[in-house]
This record gives sequence, C-alpha cells and structure tokens, in this order.
Amino acid sequence: MTDPVLRLENIVKTFPGVRALDGVSFSVMPGEVHALMGENGAGKSTLMKVLGGIHQPDGGAIVMGDTPVVMAGPLEAKAKGIVFIHQELSLAEELSVAENIYLGELPRKSFGRVDWARLAERTNSILKKLNVGFDARTRVGDLSIANQQMVEIARALTVDAKAVIFDEPTASLTDAEKVVLFDVIADLKASGVGIIYISHRMEEIFKITDRISILRDGQYQGTVNTAETTEEAVTQMMIGRKLDLSRNASHHELGNVALQVRGLSCGKLYSDVSFEVRRGEVLGFYGLVGAGRTEIAETLFGLRDPSSGQILLDGEEVRISSPADAIARGISLVPEDRKGQGLVLGMNCRDNMTLPQVDDLKAGPFMAEGAEVAIFDQYRDKLDIRTPGWKQRVGNLSGGNQQKIVIGKWLSMHPNVLIVDEPTRGIDVGSKSEIHKLLRDLAAQGYAVIVISSEMPEVLHVSDRIVAMYSGRIMRTFTSEEVTEDSLIQAISGLGGDKAA
Amino acid sequence: MQPGALSKALKSGAIWGFIVLELAFFSIAGEFLSLSDKAFMDWENMLLLLKQSAPIGIIAMGMTLVMVNGNIDLSVGATFAIAAIVLLDSMTWPIFAGLGDWVIPVAWLLALAVGTLLGALNGLIVWKTGVDAFIVTLGSMLGFRGIVFMFNGENPTSHLNWTLVDFAEAQFLGLHTATWFLLGVTLALWFVMARTVHGRNAYAIGDNREAAVNAGIRVGPHMMINFAIIGFLAALSAVVFYSESGSVNPNDGQLYELWVITAVVLGGTKITGGAGNVIGTFGGVIAIQLLRKGLGHIGADTSTVNLVIGLILIAVLILDRQLNIKGKEELKV
Repeated sequence: MTDPVLRLENIVKTFPGVRALDGVSFSVMPGEVHALMGENGAGKSTLMKVLGGIHQPDGGAIVMGDTPVVMAGPLEAKAKGIVFIHQELSLAEELSVAENIYLGELPRKSFGRVDWARLAERTNSILKKLNVGFDARTRVGDLSIANQQMVEIARALTVDAKAVIFDEPTASLTDAEKVVLFDVIADLKASGVGIIYISHRMEEIFKITDRISILRDGQYQGTVNTAETTEEAVTQMMIGRKLDLSRNASHHELGNVALQVRGLSCGKLYSDVSFEVRRGEVLGFYGLVGAGRTEIAETLFGLRDPSSGQILLDGEEVRISSPADAIARGISLVPEDRKGQGLVLGMNCRDNMTLPQVDDLKAGPFMAEGAEVAIFDQYRDKLDIRTPGWKQRVGNLSGGNQQKIVIGKWLSMHPNVLIVDEPTRGIDVGSKSEIHKLLRDLAAQGYAVIVISSEMPEVLHVSDRIVAMYSGRIMRTFTSEEVTEDSLIQAISGLGGDKAA
Repeated sequence: MQPGALSKALKSGAIWGFIVLELAFFSIAGEFLSLSDKAFMDWENMLLLLKQSAPIGIIAMGMTLVMVNGNIDLSVGATFAIAAIVLLDSMTWPIFAGLGDWVIPVAWLLALAVGTLLGALNGLIVWKTGVDAFIVTLGSMLGFRGIVFMFNGENPTSHLNWTLVDFAEAQFLGLHTATWFLLGVTLALWFVMARTVHGRNAYAIGDNREAAVNAGIRVGPHMMINFAIIGFLAALSAVVFYSESGSVNPNDGQLYELWVITAVVLGGTKITGGAGNVIGTFGGVIAIQLLRKGLGHIGADTSTVNLVIGLILIAVLILDRQLNIKGKEELKV
C-alpha cells in the first residue's frame, strides 16, 4: 500500500471562546480526489488555513511522508508542495498572467530586475500544458472568471505539487468551463497528486471524488468511500440529523394579488418577466447565480430602473423610484448579503431594528428612545430573537438572530410584500428551519412573501409556487404539487421547461 | 472594440490629449488676451515650463510609486522644507568651514539622508503599526512642519553659495539642471516600477494585498522602501530648488502634497493602488504647470488657477467613473 501524500492527525485549533477544530484526522492518498464537506462554520476554512500555514494548530500534527511538518507560513506550505486554489480568486487584476502565476517569485536578473524572458518562457510552457486560449502577457483583469481560475491552477503547477486544494472551484463556472476544470483535475490525479476538493455541490462530489471526509462543528465525523455512500447519508453526517424538507403548501385561504409584474425587463440583466404574488402566499425564485433573481428584487425595491414593463401593487400600476419610495408603498427587501447590506454591525439591536423609521420616531429634535425600545421588544417576542437585551451589538449575534433582526426591521414597517433574498445564507442548520417556519408563518398572517434562494431544498420547503429562472428569463412557474427536483433542475439549466422562451 | 477598451484608451492617452488641448487653447487665447506679444509656445517659455515643473514633478514620481503600492504620503511638503533647511543651514556650520566648495556635496548628502530617513520613518510606522498611511503621514506632516518652525521661528533660513547657484542655473543641451533631474528621476522610477521585482511586487501589493501576502511577498518592507524613496525624492526636489534660490521660508512646500497627488491622479494612477505609471504622472505634472503658466499668460489672476485645477480634477474623476461603470449596470446610489 502506498503512503498518503498528506496525513492530518488529531488537529486542534482554538480561538478565544471557540473550538474551531477539535480532533480532525484524515489522509489524502496520491492520485486521490478527496472531498471535504461540512456546513458553513464547520471548520473547513480553518482547517485549510492550518494546512496553508496561516494558522498554527494548537494540537495534533500534519504529516507528509513519515515526518510531521510545521507550516510556518504560506511560502513554506508552497515549498512543501501544498497548493491552494482559492474560492475568492487571489489574483492581482492589473498585472499580467505571468506575473500572477509567479507572484512573489518573479525570476531575477542583476540589479533586482525582473527576468522577463525567463518568466515568459516558464509561463508559456505551463499554459501549454493547460491548453488555454490566452498568453503570458494578457492582463488578468481582462480574462473571464473561468480563465482567471486557470491562472490560479497554473500557479499550482509551478511548484512540484504534492497536494492541491480546491476551495469551491465551480462556484462561478459555466458547465462548459466545469468540464475543462474536471479535465485538469483528472490530469493532476493521473500524475499522482493528492487533491482535496471542498464543495457543497453533491452532484460534483459524487462525480469526481474518491472519498469524502465530513466535518461538523469542528469535529471530524468520518471518511466514507464515495462509491459506497449516498447523498442522504452524507447530508446526515453533515447536519447530524435528518432535515425536515417536506413540502409545505399553504392550507389557508389566499388573499388578493398584492404584487403583479408584467413583461418587466432591465437591460441585459433580465427580460420579459411576469409573475404575481398573493397575500398569504410564499413565491419562491430559484435559479443559478446570475440568472437575474436578485436584480428583479432590486428593481422592485427601487434600486434599479426597469427598461420596460409594468409593476402593479394591489392592481394599480406604480413606478418605484427609490428604496424610500418602495418602503412607502409597502415593499421591503431583506438583502442577500446580511452583513454588508442588511445590518450596521457596530450598532445595537434596537437601533438596527428601527433604522428605516428613525425619522418617524422623534420626540422633538431627539430620538424617542422609549418608542424604539417598544418596537424592538414587540418584534423580539414575535420573532423569538435571542439576545441578552437591545443594547447588544448586532455583530455579536449568531447569523440566525441577525437575520431575524433584519426581518423584524422590515416587519416593523408594516409591508405588504416582503422580499427575502437568500434567507438562510451562512446560517446554521438549526436556525435555518426556524427561519423557514417564520417565513411560512408570515405568509399565514397575510403577508405576500417572495423568497429567492439558491438552495433547492429550501425553495421546495417554503414555497407555494416556484418560479424557475434561467439567464434572465422565467422558464416556468411550478405549483408545489407539480414540482419535482428533476423538472426544476432542467428548467434552471435552460433545458426543457414548458414555457421556454 | 472590446467593452472597456474605450475607457482604457482614453485613460492612457487622455492626459496627452489634454496637454495638446491646453497648448492650443492658450496659444490661440493668448493672441487675443495676452499683454505680451510673445507666443505662448515660445521655445524659451517651454524650457522654463519644464524647469518649473521639476519641484512638484520629482516628488510626484515617488508619489506614483507610493500610491500604486496602495499608500499615500501627505508629509512630502514638510519633508521638502526640512531638507531645504538642512541644505542651506549645514553649509554655514563651523565644522564644514575648511571644506570650501566641497561643502556642497556634503550638504546635499546630508539633506538627502534626512529626507530618506524621515520617509523611512513614515514607512516603518505604517509597517509596524498597521495604521493607515493617510493618518500616519497626516501626523508626520504636522510634526515635520512643527520642526521647521521650531528651527528658526517665522524667519527664513538663507545661504547663497554662488558656485551652487551657477550649477543650478546651468543649461546642458538647452535643458536646465532642474529639468535634467526631473527627467533622470522619471527614468529611474520608470525603471524601478516597470522593470524590477520590487516594483512589480509594489503593484501586486496595491492591487490585491491578500493575494500578495498569500504569495509570500513581504508587504511591510516593500512599503517602507517606497516611503524611503519618496522621502529621498522630496529632499532631492528641495535640494535642486534651493540650490538656486538660497532662501527657505518656514511655509515653503505647504500644499505640495496636494499638487503632487493631483498630478499623479490626473496622470491616471488609481487612488486605491495597483495601477498607474510615471509616464502618465509626467503628463499630469506638465498639464498642471501648463495650466498655471497658461492662465498667467492670458492674464488671469493666479488665484483662479487653483479654482480651475480643482474643477478639472473633479471633472476628470467623474469622467473616469462614468467610463468605468458604463456597461456594468451599477446600482443607483
């Protein structure tokens, strides 16, 4: 039996107050594609930072060959043959492909000059191996995301890589680009490199990996052979219990149509979009990143001007010119990026909650603090927000409670239509189902709710009807009775769909 | 044409187009408005323009490097004044009395060394504390200026050395000494930024600092070297200028940092770092000097120069933003 290229033994890493990694052990064999899976916050990134020398482990050992090694820093990890393909591309856009590939290791001549000839020669020989359509002197900012990723991969090939770590490599790739990526991975595999592949996408995991290791809350849950397991089994290991993913159509009476959209278009972002949502209903929007879902929400919230089409609120055509206008008309948007767009992290819970209505909560020239606290208390109870008190800084709350603050903030504005973009992104599994229940409850109370999500189980679980989008167009609208996972996937991939435009 | 190509072409060539426009405008307007009957594009006038560009221009080359690196240096004007005082005062020190004219290189070296050290000090603080360069150099700008006033109160520091004045006023191949220094510095900084590993790493750091760190580039030392370079250049600028004038007021060099930054930004350097070059900066320096001279030529009050340049700077940045967001369909603000 061959030796693993890389073995992790009982790795422990503690941050103040958190045990981020608690006894993680697994090994990567040469020529193996080893998946690393876990929910957000399970410790995958921390583990990778330990491997990359950015964090030092508090206990345990990284073993390469027979000897435990210490990764003092990123350069040393690289020198030992451990290479990362980062999820967020780690490139300098203004520099050339060659300079990026040899970032930090530009070949030198006398007087500290860059040896451009040698640089170009080395780079081109690597690019030839990858069979890409750009050359060493191209500016990286001019490349597509997929080609930028190729530059990252080319970087991995400059060293004698023993282990290559891919962190969510397909997050922004098209299907055709994925094929190229998987070919490159197959080549690496054939040359005996060990590969750690981090992804949430089950389909890919089952297609290209040999084994799967699973983390949950920093603890190692075990390693399974991909061929001998199922998606359900892996999910269960990741979340520790079965998720309640039953369908959830409304049993109450639906009210009148709160929002109707007819033939709405916005440049190249989306076109000819028509749908309606009733009071008491949850309308799900499902599609790939870039399908135009968020842009529609932004249009409804007055952040973008549509190029054509109509928006009707309670049957009356309106023009929404700004977020303030949208709020006044009873539309609220819980944005995708909670921390960046939804909350002021340094402010306390109460002030975040009352942010959109500070102008209305004045006692003379001063803030009406009592009224603010009253609003906070009301929605804390209603949404079951767990915080020591309104003085707590929002940045210190868990993701689930933060999201409830944002939802509470908008509910306090008494909207008719509540748009929630990616309601459970970065939220732990337990809080996820609470948020789901909350969204269902809000619909039952008579709000018209639009949920945009990239997670199929989520849309299936919360929606009464599901709009499937592909490339800026609505491919099909499903009712919760007729929808199946297969038909949904087909519709958002641009295959099939009855009303394909 | 690729999307963004227009924006790029405009960005790289715009400053030179602007210079041509200025030359044409002031030549024609000068025919009608100027009190002198000399043409604006007179050869002597243009040579003088280059010479007058030198003090700002020499510092601007260093600022290009510092800004490409993702930093900024507000203390250059104060460093300029300190170096000037060191230059002029040291020539009168008794210990150098026996040197005769050999005091000149000694005084030069002293002034340059002081500038380099002050710059390195800025860099060291930015590196070791991680405080934003804007704040650090804002502090040192005030501090250095305080030292200038402590030295001689409100009084000017003066010393004329005629050998030095002759050197400073000399013309070689038609160009003045100061112009040669400006050209030399431009060439040297071009070499550093475009050809050396240090220069390319400076771009990488300014462009994507995390990527640079991940690639094992030692960010701190690179930044400190660049601050030392701009400190050196601020001193060099002072040395060249005061060799001729021989007298420094404690307020000299004030607002230089803003003129320098204006020239660099007009020359196409990105304020956030990662992009820019000294050739563009050279254009920016010339454009500003042309504007100052040109407005004087057509009889405008000197105080209108600041207003016009301010407006142009804002207009350029608005144009740049418009060109960059076009096609990206940005959100409304």
